[in-house]
Amino acid sequence: MKEERQRNKAPTPPAGGGGESAHLADKQPALLRELVSHLREHRAQLREEWARRIQGAHLLTDMSQEEIFSEATAVYDNYVEVLATGNVEALQAYARDLSERIIPRGIETHEVLGIVLLLRDVLARSLFKKYQGDFALFDQVLDAYEPAANRIANTVAVSFVRERERIIRQQQEAIRELSTPVLPVRERLLILPISGVIDSQRARQLTEKLLHGIRDHRARVVVVDVTGVPTIDATVANHLVQTVEASRLMGASVIITGLSSASAQTLVTLGVDLGKMHAVGDLQRGIEEAEEMLGPDPPPPEPPDA
Amino acid sequence: MPVPILKQRDYLIASVQAALSDSDLTELRDNLSSQVGRYRSRGVIIDVTVLDVIDSFATRTLRSVAHMLKLRGAQTVIVGIQPDVAFAMVQLGLTLEGVGTELDLEEGLAHLGRLTKRRVKDGP
Repeated sequence: MKEERQRNKAPTPPAGGGGESAHLADKQPALLRELVSHLREHRAQLREEWARRIQGAHLLTDMSQEEIFSEATAVYDNYVEVLATGNVEALQAYARDLSERIIPRGIETHEVLGIVLLLRDVLARSLFKKYQGDFALFDQVLDAYEPAANRIANTVAVSFVRERERIIRQQQEAIRELSTPVLPVRERLLILPISGVIDSQRARQLTEKLLHGIRDHRARVVVVDVTGVPTIDATVANHLVQTVEASRLMGASVIITGLSSASAQTLVTLGVDLGKMHAVGDLQRGIEEAEEMLGPDPPPPEPPDA
Repeated sequence: MPVPILKQRDYLIASVQAALSDSDLTELRDNLSSQVGRYRSRGVIIDVTVLDVIDSFATRTLRSVAHMLKLRGAQTVIVGIQPDVAFAMVQLGLTLEGVGTELDLEEGLAHLGRLTKRRVKDGP
């Protein structure tokens, strides 16, 4: 990419002098080196300027000033390192690590991208100050600086987003794992409390778990409690119907409890066939119903109230 | 491989031993129908514990067996459908409507016990 830019620029005669355009490609690394040493030299001052601009822009408001400063130092050094070597791997690793630390604290994508772009601006300004006397040279310096700086911004943003997506995936899995317990309450009675959003994959998992639970516990009645399911649409309802039918094939009756009035209304409006479902109001009523179906297992001696 | 049919008091127990071909299924249907008449059975249990696939033909045949035997005076219970089989069946829309299903042989016998006791009570 650098070379391409060079070729495009070649016809315009640089102000520096006649022979210079031919050696431009060779000069690039030298310029970059000069740039890096300039940035290293003014490290303290530029870093401070950057931290000040971050605060001025009200970014990273969830982090303390010291934290911002120490992260800024690390980013700055990594940044200069990438400019010097052209190798983004170390920066990538650092960005991943940084994301891992700051994502749980609610740092947003625009903030991360914002601070990296701010650093780019701060450095560009400092370069301008240094080379303002010689515009042609400044132009060349920018030619060397911009592609590298853009690549850095890109790398950091991509690392951050990737880390975020990884965390989201991980959490989805965790939710899936956590929220499908099959609980034996008494002999032959299982309870399946469902909470959270049900998608096809999860519904399948739930059903399979329930069916194995029926076999393992020799259950005859299952109470499926959907109090914790925020919305029940046609898809979810069909999954429930399938669960009921599959359980019946294994000799168990299913009682659905905890359908909210909104869900009930949706289901009726959608015209979902709930004829096969045995639904009662809440979990307590569901368990009472199940006890009735199972009969008194250990006959409870009921002392008359005095 | 034909399905052995055991007689146990008032009931017949057809215990499937291996995967069933279509002809095995129709043979089972015919055998059960004739033996219910011969032994004057009141209930029939078909144990499908070993099956890991129950397709649409099998489902239809089992259902027609149940309805046929009812006309011959016997209740039918299918027992031992495995979790994965049950799940696959409902996904294909095969639900054995109108046929009793129970977890295993023991539950099936209890189920028939309840049904026939009621019939004795209802009878003369």
